[in-house]
Amino acid sequence: MNALDWFVLLGTMIGIAAYGTWRTRHTDNLNTYLKGNQSTKWGTIGISVMATQASTITYLSLPGQAYENGIAFIQNYFGLPLALIVVCAVFLPIYRKLGVYTAYEYLGQRFDQKTRLLGAALFLLQRGIQAGITIYAPAIILATVLGWRLDLTIIFTGLLAIVYTVTGGSAAVNLTQRWQVAVIFGGMITAFVVLLVKLPPDSAYLAGAMGKLQAVDFTPNLKLRYTFWSGVLGGFFLSLSYFGTDQSQVQRYIGGAALREGRLGLMFNALFKIPMQFFIVMLGALLFVFYQFQPDTPLIFNQTEWRRQVQGPEGETFRALDTKHRELHADKQVKIRAWVAARDSGDPSAEMAARTALVTAQKASEATRKEARATLERASPDAKKTRDSDYVFITFILTQLPHGVIGLLIAVMFASALSSKAGELNALGTTSTIDIWRAFRPLAAADEPRNVRNAKWFTALWGAFAIGFALFVSFAENLIEALNTVASIFYPALLGVFVVAFFFKRVGGSAVFYAAIGAQAVVVGIFAYGKFFPKHEIGYLWLNPIGCAACVIFSLVLQAVIGGRTGGPPVPTSA
Amino acid sequence: MSKLPRDSSDNEAPGVPIFRTWRGVYLFVAACFAAMVIALTVFTRFYA
Repeated sequence: MNALDWFVLLGTMIGIAAYGTWRTRHTDNLNTYLKGNQSTKWGTIGISVMATQASTITYLSLPGQAYENGIAFIQNYFGLPLALIVVCAVFLPIYRKLGVYTAYEYLGQRFDQKTRLLGAALFLLQRGIQAGITIYAPAIILATVLGWRLDLTIIFTGLLAIVYTVTGGSAAVNLTQRWQVAVIFGGMITAFVVLLVKLPPDSAYLAGAMGKLQAVDFTPNLKLRYTFWSGVLGGFFLSLSYFGTDQSQVQRYIGGAALREGRLGLMFNALFKIPMQFFIVMLGALLFVFYQFQPDTPLIFNQTEWRRQVQGPEGETFRALDTKHRELHADKQVKIRAWVAARDSGDPSAEMAARTALVTAQKASEATRKEARATLERASPDAKKTRDSDYVFITFILTQLPHGVIGLLIAVMFASALSSKAGELNALGTTSTIDIWRAFRPLAAADEPRNVRNAKWFTALWGAFAIGFALFVSFAENLIEALNTVASIFYPALLGVFVVAFFFKRVGGSAVFYAAIGAQAVVVGIFAYGKFFPKHEIGYLWLNPIGCAACVIFSLVLQAVIGGRTGGPPVPTSA
Repeated sequence: MSKLPRDSSDNEAPGVPIFRTWRGVYLFVAACFAAMVIALTVFTRFYA
């Protein structure tokens, strides 16, 4: 990075944060602080929902994942449009009608205080940890490749988000996310165009021939992680949990100028999320093609760690792997040229033979990469903290893009971290104030300035917790992957509670409370069983419908056993 | 199972050109989703 890159990076990041802080510095009304400006239009809501969901992992890791495994990950989003329709038709009108600040406040009105606290506690636990990961994940990768200090990168990113989120609350989050998304889209489109210019003709055909463009897989196999069925069914329940019951999303759409604005904001996401994710995974698949034609494609993209090992005591082993990789890569390039020639000749049998040879060469190349990764992880525990595919896109940015654009793309990574983290902190502060603090201090509910002060303090505390967590996990191994999986375990039971609340009016608070705890145990049990007996492990998306169904069934059974309606007063659900 | 708690506003005009009700908007979004899946399936067959 040169001076121009630094100017673009710091100018965009600090400029947007300062603008958000300045514009919302006088926010002292509780409603505006927690729900945002009541004149918020659908475009701002739609962008805010999108920005909160897509963190740096989306822009940094997803292209790398597509580079390695192809674009099948897109199926993960197939349940999202259908889930958003349900959120618009059922969840949103109820939240708005009741005028709640949080989704869990509704649980208190529909059931009882303990169910509300359970919902809020599940959210705080999961989202608090995720807020730490949101800072840590990009920081460790950027610090590694750019040579920055990891702790300072984490603290700088965290403090920047805390300053404007604490100052302006939801209004500041909505305002800054608009500009941050502009930076993200501008940067990603620029990178895509530069990549397209550098690619040879027929790149998409080559990506397809090498198995990277399998977008849809209809195989009915529970063990396959990404299929059409797991995407539609599992993805539907996962998206319904996230958009319907996770306060970090609920807060983004309940505060619009009218019900219409929230609905249109969500429908905007229902229409554009899949095309946006397709664009990102295609970027990864085309990066794969780009690196097939580069003479110096690295064996391991985490070059900082690789070079350290090459110069270390086991350098001989690493140099031997490098030599093997170069030979295989050169052989693969010959096979690619042969395939292109066979394809141009129009002879299907020659093309098939060339393609088989090419796929064999690719498998040999992949086996060497796998061996190199395993050797690197054995030699360096630090290499285990990230996946090598996470370094693919950032390597392209730093080595292939012109100065100025490099700064813009690094700004993309920070903008996505800030926009997602700000949404999370805002929701954590709100839930802590409304569902925890006010639950134990009901008389303080009428004291608006005190509520705002507390919401600010809670937001700052969660920000500090996230920074502390990010600094702490840098000493652990494989924590990101483990926590991402654990986070997906908490959603199903929570969604089950909301499904019971909306659709089973006879069920009371005690039944659903214990049913949620039972369903949580079922999900954890299935997950643990899969880990102990990998042969029986199912794709994690399936945990969502299973856990939700378990909560609903347990609630109905328990209600039948307990008898009577034990919850709070019925809440009207239609006009 | 209780009756679906549909909001009466589903039948209100969404204030979007062409669409008279929110149900129309939802149907349009569902149809777009189906079209996207079909397009991605064709894409997979074409390049695989």
